[in-house]
Amino acid sequence: MADVSFSIALAFVIFSVISLGGALGVALNRNLFRGTIWLMVSLFGAAGLYVLLSAPFLAAVQILVYIGAIAILFTFAVMLTRSLTQVRERFTRVWANLVVAVLLFVLLIIGIIWPVWGSNPDLAQPVSDVVVSTTDLGVALVDRNGFVLPFEVASLLLTAAMIGAIVIAREADDEV
Amino acid sequence: MVPLWMYLVVSAALFSIGTFTVLSRRNGVAVLMGVELMLNAVNINIVAFWRYTAPTEVNGLAFAAFIFVIAAAEAAVGLAIIITVYRNRHSVIPEEADLLRG
Repeated sequence: MADVSFSIALAFVIFSVISLGGALGVALNRNLFRGTIWLMVSLFGAAGLYVLLSAPFLAAVQILVYIGAIAILFTFAVMLTRSLTQVRERFTRVWANLVVAVLLFVLLIIGIIWPVWGSNPDLAQPVSDVVVSTTDLGVALVDRNGFVLPFEVASLLLTAAMIGAIVIAREADDEV
Repeated sequence: MVPLWMYLVVSAALFSIGTFTVLSRRNGVAVLMGVELMLNAVNINIVAFWRYTAPTEVNGLAFAAFIFVIAAAEAAVGLAIIITVYRNRHSVIPEEADLLRG
């Protein structure tokens, strides 16, 4: 069992480094196209963390929706606004914002995470090794005692966002 | 498994990096990428809490799935707005889209 927990910890470290390194690439890379590639790397690391958290369906959705759709959408946006992506883009107030971000991180660690959950031995291990399956999630999403109303509202939201994106991004000339 | 606080630390770091991206980048597309990073941090947080405190219930997974929906809708509408602003004003810098300023 010791080998298993060590390999899980190793996988956690690897996926965390992938996720955070990709995020740093997004934050610091001045070439926006490379930034989208780093975004894909970061999202892939987060998908690995979902696998470690026994949520394989969310990991698959992360790969399909985030990397397959949203990151590609960002790539399209970068290429459609191409003339500005070659420029070495400037940051605004980089040191002040860096201080704000580091302060936020330190505040989250010292103020919330460590005293409440860090030293709490009850939450060092999961309360149960039994995990709901993807089948249970699918049933709950369309169960009238579950999430059917939020599910329908979410689908309506997606439809509205799709139509809204088409209307907003359409050429203004062919409007009446 | 690794303890819960490690996931929370990774999530907090990801959220802080996303905050820095949103605040410091001048390109609107990069700002939206920072928002995506922050949503991802929140999602990791939710799934970690679900796994460690209530893995036999479906609520945490359902919330995470809805956040995927919100992120997809936000990215589509946000990028459409940025492309429209770029077409009209030839700029993707959010501060220069000040048509509604009084």
